[in-house]
Amino acid sequence: METQKVYVDVMAEFTKEGILLPRGITWEDGRKYEITRVVSKKRAASMKAGGVGDKYVCIVDGREVSLFYEDNNMWFMERSGN
Amino acid sequence: MGARTILHSDCNCFYASVEHLHHPELREKPVAVGGDPEARHGIVLTADYMAKRRGVKTGMALWQARQVCPELVFLPPRMDLYLRFSRMAREIYADYTDRQEPFGCDECWLDVSESVDIRGDGLHIAQEISDRIKKELGITVSIGVSYNKIFAKLGSDYKKPDAITTMGQDEYKLKAWPLPASDLLYVGHSTEKKLTRLGILTIGDIAQTEPALLESWLGKMGLVLWTFANGLDNSPVSIENVRAPIKSIGNSVTTPRDLITDQDVKIILYVLAESVAARLRDNGFRCLVVEISLRDNGLFSFTRQRKIDHATNISGEIAEVAYQLYKENYNIDNKPLRSIGVRGCSLVTENYWEQLDLFSSAEQREKKLKMERAVDEVRRRFGFYSLQRGIMHLDENLSAVNAREDHIVHPRGYFGQ
Repeated sequence: METQKVYVDVMAEFTKEGILLPRGITWEDGRKYEITRVVSKKRAASMKAGGVGDKYVCIVDGREVSLFYEDNNMWFMERSGN
Repeated sequence: MGARTILHSDCNCFYASVEHLHHPELREKPVAVGGDPEARHGIVLTADYMAKRRGVKTGMALWQARQVCPELVFLPPRMDLYLRFSRMAREIYADYTDRQEPFGCDECWLDVSESVDIRGDGLHIAQEISDRIKKELGITVSIGVSYNKIFAKLGSDYKKPDAITTMGQDEYKLKAWPLPASDLLYVGHSTEKKLTRLGILTIGDIAQTEPALLESWLGKMGLVLWTFANGLDNSPVSIENVRAPIKSIGNSVTTPRDLITDQDVKIILYVLAESVAARLRDNGFRCLVVEISLRDNGLFSFTRQRKIDHATNISGEIAEVAYQLYKENYNIDNKPLRSIGVRGCSLVTENYWEQLDLFSSAEQREKKLKMERAVDEVRRRFGFYSLQRGIMHLDENLSAVNAREDHIVHPRGYFGQ
């Protein structure tokens, strides 16, 4: 079975208040996506990908996507579809 | 004092649930977390519900478990991961109360009496905690809501998984009393046998027996059980969170060659003490007791332990006590040693406080601890062997042994120490 957990490269910035904000994602096929807005950040489990982390709900191309920051300092996303 | 509101939260099949979360591909398969069969400690530590339904039980040898459930998937335990989840759960509990008392790493009592005015009643708080654990940690809990610790625990055992059970003043006779006596904390195997012989089968039977009779049969414990069964237990949920959720952290090793001199033993004791101390520091624990286990080349083995004056996670202090214990209890000239273990027991958390004394320097110890943390950091960045004690170079074959992890996670006794 194909894994549903996709680790991605992330461009991020720290605000001067010390807040970590992801700005861009590079998907596994090399395509880059800009994050136009971060809607929320909350600790959450991903049952689908299998893992726990800070879940950033982001707007990419006008759509909501979830990006997880695991405590091994890696970012992952859930593969869409089933 | 008015009635208290006490919750008991129990993570369902804790280790197996955490593994399930990290292995979505195993969702439909029975899973057990257990020791590595090749490392010879092959027993089931936790089985998930699917495996339990097939007859797999905690404590079974791996081969037995495989007999009752051939398609069982075994996963080696990742204790440090479970401790992390245990900490995250306690962070959630901390939003509701500072009165938390862990019982093992997957169970916790919470006294939320002070929060009910702000957060809603016990049931409401339990619902919130249950939802958050599910959403934020991806595992489920069973919670008991009551006015004392004993009934709260009965409540969390009442219905599993992912359930909330109230055990109020007006309910316990209906819900708790019909339960078998063995469900009560501290009714173990032999007490249960005694009670059965006397025709006492349920918790209600205990409650309605003359306490003096119980005392004559079971000693002091009889009175305690009577108190428990009647909901009169008023032991507090500890305010200061000083107990570690696990009982001990230890490392042991079978050496590549038999140990024949004191110096050989010293090298190994230092290797083990460094590993134990580093793991204590990782988890924010200190130990009050140091234990060594020795096994000679005739496979005769024994353990010795000593309480130390100050809780420690400093490797030099642990190694010194371990070496003293060894010198007092063994003469290497009589028989070579084959395997050695060092263990830190009676663990306390960083919140633990203690009396300073005139004869040891708190300042010195503070410095040592800082130094050890610096060593941890250097090793994290440049590898374990980047920084070594001088003694390790006396015999590099010996000092390169890989210390094997092993934890004891049984909860401490209910009555503390």
